[in-house]
Amino acid sequence: MTELLDFLRSPWPWYVGGPLIGLTVPLLLWLGNKSFGISSNLRHACAILLPERAKPSFFRYDWKKERWNLMFAGGLLLGGFVAGVLLANPEPTRLSAAGAASVQELGVTVRPGLVPTELTDLSNPGVWLLLAVSGLLVGFGTRYGGGCTSGHAITGLSTLQGPSLMATVSFFAGGILSANFLLPLFMAVIR
Amino acid sequence: MTPSPPIPGVHTPPTSSSRTATGLLAYLLAGLYFGVVLVKSEAASWYRIQEMFRFESFHMFGLIGSAVLTGMVTTALLRRSGAKSRDGQTITVTPKEKGWRRYVLGGVTFGVGWGLAGVCPGPVFTLLGAGVWPMLVVLAFALLGTYLYGAFKERLPH
Repeated sequence: MTELLDFLRSPWPWYVGGPLIGLTVPLLLWLGNKSFGISSNLRHACAILLPERAKPSFFRYDWKKERWNLMFAGGLLLGGFVAGVLLANPEPTRLSAAGAASVQELGVTVRPGLVPTELTDLSNPGVWLLLAVSGLLVGFGTRYGGGCTSGHAITGLSTLQGPSLMATVSFFAGGILSANFLLPLFMAVIR
Repeated sequence: MTPSPPIPGVHTPPTSSSRTATGLLAYLLAGLYFGVVLVKSEAASWYRIQEMFRFESFHMFGLIGSAVLTGMVTTALLRRSGAKSRDGQTITVTPKEKGWRRYVLGGVTFGVGWGLAGVCPGPVFTLLGAGVWPMLVVLAFALLGTYLYGAFKERLPH
């Protein structure tokens, strides 16, 4: 019994997780000819929340037709609860030696959990700055670029779309830039 | 009062609401599946994203690479088999709009955000489910960012 529980709490290697991520594309096509893409839900949420008078035309459409995707996002919350609370990995993320060293250099201690406590401490104004700037760029960038990791890197590349390759390369260019050069600046404020 | 005659496409048959409800439930379960995979594969781990953007481990590259390969093969097989979707539709893939500016400029913007808090939109929801409440700050500002794009869309190069 404890062995089974230990097994369920353990993280999966990439060759198990990767194919299971990829299967989401045909799964949603089979369920209702839906194109897998999570960031569209941010647009739907704006369409729901904004008052009719203050709505830019980008948010004037029948979001009810996209309820399936909002349900998918609801499922993500449940999945996070199941895997991140009920079956949470009691061990820290098993980083490579180089990864662990870099993270420590940033002033983050590797502990169990998916996000370090240093970055979730809302009594630190620097943490607010980091989370706010990150969220703002993610929201603006995904809509400008027409998708995020699920829509472009997974769905778009799986269906051999040139624009998605451009987008994915750009995601990585931006991420490499910010993780290596911008994040250390934010961490200097947070520490 | 006599019931008005059914107009095709306007009056939906009464059975369809229950069918819609079970249809929507399937997407909730699909999301649950994906959320579990995001956590268990550690794609929702801030540490793994940092490691990826510093090229310090193969994990995330293997994860994304094998995901794309699996998606490519299984989607091609599904389409070639001529199978219809569960609700009888022919399976189609919507082509992305042409152009490059929006993909490069928008893509880099999103990438910079992704590298900072280590979350893309899927993990924002998954981490909230896992009880990482500060992700609400990320979500709120992501909604603001989405709104700002909608408000200034016409003035941006696409």
